Amino acid sequence: MARPGPGSAPARSAAAEPPSPMESTEPEPSGSRPEEEEEEEEEEEEEEEEDESILSPPEQPLAAMEDCLAKKMEITVSEAEKRTGRNAMNIQETYTAYLIETRAVESQSEGQCAPVESLWRRYSEFELLRNYLSVTYPHIVVPPLPEKRADFVWHKLSADNMDPDFVERRRIGLENFLLRVASHPVLCQDKIFYAFLMQEGGWKEMVNETGFQLKADSRLKALNATFRVKNPDKRFTELKHYSDELQSVISHLLRVRARVADRLYGVYKVHGNYGRVFSEWSAIEKEMGDGLQSAGHHMDVYAASIDDILEEEEHYADQLKEYLFYAEALRAVCRKHELMQYDLEMAAQDLTSKKQQCEELATGTVRTFSLKGMTSKLFGQETPEQREAKIKVLEEQIQEGEEQLKSKNLEGRDFVKSAWADIERFKEQKNHDLKEALISYAVMQISMCKKGIQVWTNAKECFSKM
Amino acid sequence: MINQYKFEDGPELRDLFITVDDPESHITAIETFITYRVVTKTTRGEFDSSEYEVRRRYQDFLWLKSKLEEAHPTLIIPPLPEKFIMRGMVERFSDEFIETRRKALHKFLNRIADHPTLTFNEDFKIFLTAQAWELSSHKKQGPGLLSRMGQTVRAVASSVRGAVKNRPEMFTEMNNYMETFSQKVNLLDKIAHRIYKEERDYCNEMKEYGPIHTLWSASEEDIGDSLKGLASCIDRCCRATEKRMAGLSEHLLPILHEYVLYSEILMGVLKRRDQIQGELDSKVDALANKKTEKDLFSEEIGKLEDKVERANNALKADWDRWKQNMQWDMRSTFMNVAENNLRYYEECLATWESFLASQTVDLHVDEDSEDRP
Repeated sequence: MARPGPGSAPARSAAAEPPSPMESTEPEPSGSRPEEEEEEEEEEEEEEEEDESILSPPEQPLAAMEDCLAKKMEITVSEAEKRTGRNAMNIQETYTAYLIETRAVESQSEGQCAPVESLWRRYSEFELLRNYLSVTYPHIVVPPLPEKRADFVWHKLSADNMDPDFVERRRIGLENFLLRVASHPVLCQDKIFYAFLMQEGGWKEMVNETGFQLKADSRLKALNATFRVKNPDKRFTELKHYSDELQSVISHLLRVRARVADRLYGVYKVHGNYGRVFSEWSAIEKEMGDGLQSAGHHMDVYAASIDDILEEEEHYADQLKEYLFYAEALRAVCRKHELMQYDLEMAAQDLTSKKQQCEELATGTVRTFSLKGMTSKLFGQETPEQREAKIKVLEEQIQEGEEQLKSKNLEGRDFVKSAWADIERFKEQKNHDLKEALISYAVMQISMCKKGIQVWTNAKECFSKM
Repeated sequence: MINQYKFEDGPELRDLFITVDDPESHITAIETFITYRVVTKTTRGEFDSSEYEVRRRYQDFLWLKSKLEEAHPTLIIPPLPEKFIMRGMVERFSDEFIETRRKALHKFLNRIADHPTLTFNEDFKIFLTAQAWELSSHKKQGPGLLSRMGQTVRAVASSVRGAVKNRPEMFTEMNNYMETFSQKVNLLDKIAHRIYKEERDYCNEMKEYGPIHTLWSASEEDIGDSLKGLASCIDRCCRATEKRMAGLSEHLLPILHEYVLYSEILMGVLKRRDQIQGELDSKVDALANKKTEKDLFSEEIGKLEDKVERANNALKADWDRWKQNMQWDMRSTFMNVAENNLRYYEECLATWESFLASQTVDLHVDEDSEDRP
């Protein structure tokens, strides 16, 4: 059964196995299939494979493939539990808690099982972690969380957050999120992330102490605000455009897929009625009775088979949804670039105008209209001392401004470089994962067709005996 | 066109071949109606010629059916398509409606031709051979509508009392059978229509589903081809669904509909048999009260007894024949449904397997490592 895994179509053993005892098998780092783990390379710099790519300038301290947390540690979200408690406003609420289990990976030669550590986290804590990562690493396409509320549901699925199927799919999505972060060359080294996995108590306080909320640029949240940026890096402009298209097309696809699922469900289930009526009819027939009765049974089987088929398809939908949300993360990086560029251009503009002002004061010529100019014309000019003082202030500001501009420029260029590196990594991952998802979709369709052939072959056999 | 030759009347034994085709619209000052061409080819001596071509309208078919019912009250006369079809709100003169009706009329005449007794009916021969004006004048002869109706009313009145209690066991069984059969076949008819509708809705959604992938492929470089491949798979499956639907509407739906009509016909035939018996029973009852005029009565009763026996035998024989045909029809129709579905799934399977093959070939080329089968 295909599950959403970062790039891996076969069933994730990490999710499917019981939490304990864990065999000392190779862990399944996101993005690589079990067979490929044998090819663990030794070198630091790697040809990228899946999402473990290290296409970055050497000065960035990225984790090499074998240093990624995902390789050193098995991470699973193995259980979900309903809890009740009191929230911040002292109102009783019901929520779901998820059990995160981790185990250090021992090298095979030792053959010992490290102990399993575990702690419980709820969805809001995952959200806090992600917010922290997004703010702290604005140049990284941060993996998205599974949806907060069930969306794109077709009629049989519940839109209820407490529904066990939804909770199960969310559990898988949260595990997927952790594995994505753990296999990211930059994010996996973050201390807060590590503490999220290992330290139950006091984690929230730890996060808040980093003061990341202060760093958060509120302008980033204003998705629709446009900034008149004169010279954005064209690649980011194109990328933002792409992320908008991706979001739009995947939403549309998911919506129609849900409707297709609905209809397919209808086709199969109505055939179930044949079963009942054939059975009743067979009671009055002598020669036809057996054929009818057994054909009816196969119609029941046919009608029932759609449930499993569509459940599998939900996992495919989840894989697409992940990239729907990834588009948002991609967009955020482009926005950040836009904002940095905007600030840069504003700072440059401000510097230019200050320089101009300074020049005007020094030479006494008024090139541009200004209120100061007007008032001085009306009420008399300033004294030379006053003018001197002003020039001095301006010169200081200009110097400051030039330094700031220089550092902003540097910042901007660094951002572009490191962001683009992560974007390249992301692109590879996305292409790989989506291609695998499409393949898994084909595999599902093939399985559905084979089941159909089997049922109708049997039914035909029964009809021939009528 | 389905010419269903039953096993008992193999093509070699047939000496009467009928086709109904070429619907034509006729517009007069009073009305608009459709005529169908009826072509008959025969080697029978009773026919003056070996080939006939006439045009008939629906009214003419109705006339033929009522004449056959009149002449053979306890034989199972094949069903005629209804005057109007309420379901689906098909327009009276839409191409779809006309074609459905044409096929049903064709079947109607062929079933009569296949029937060991009905095939030699005189009105049937006239229907097949007479020119339009000949038919009109022939229709005007014979007992009027009112007198026919009068007979039926009297018969009903007399039969209601006695028929059920004197009914031979066999016919009670038939009645019970028909009640259940009628119920089930009506349900099957509804189910089949429902399936058709669901498949149509599914097909429509698929028509929107495929193109989204093509749209998506426009913004992608690497996976653009895969997306386009997927889109074309969905399109092909969509077309396969349309074929499956066509199969339903060509075979299953018309057959189930016919048997819905047949169940009404059969209930009617059983009632008429009961009426004939009722006539006898009421006369017998009347005789029991009269001591005189016995001779007169006994002759009448003798005649009625013969009538009842003939009617019962005719019905029994026709019933057996009908059941065999029904079994054959149901078997072949449902097997056809199964085959349609098999073809559908096989076509889709081939589509997806070839897509999968194309995708995994690419993977082999890209990764150059051990791979998934």
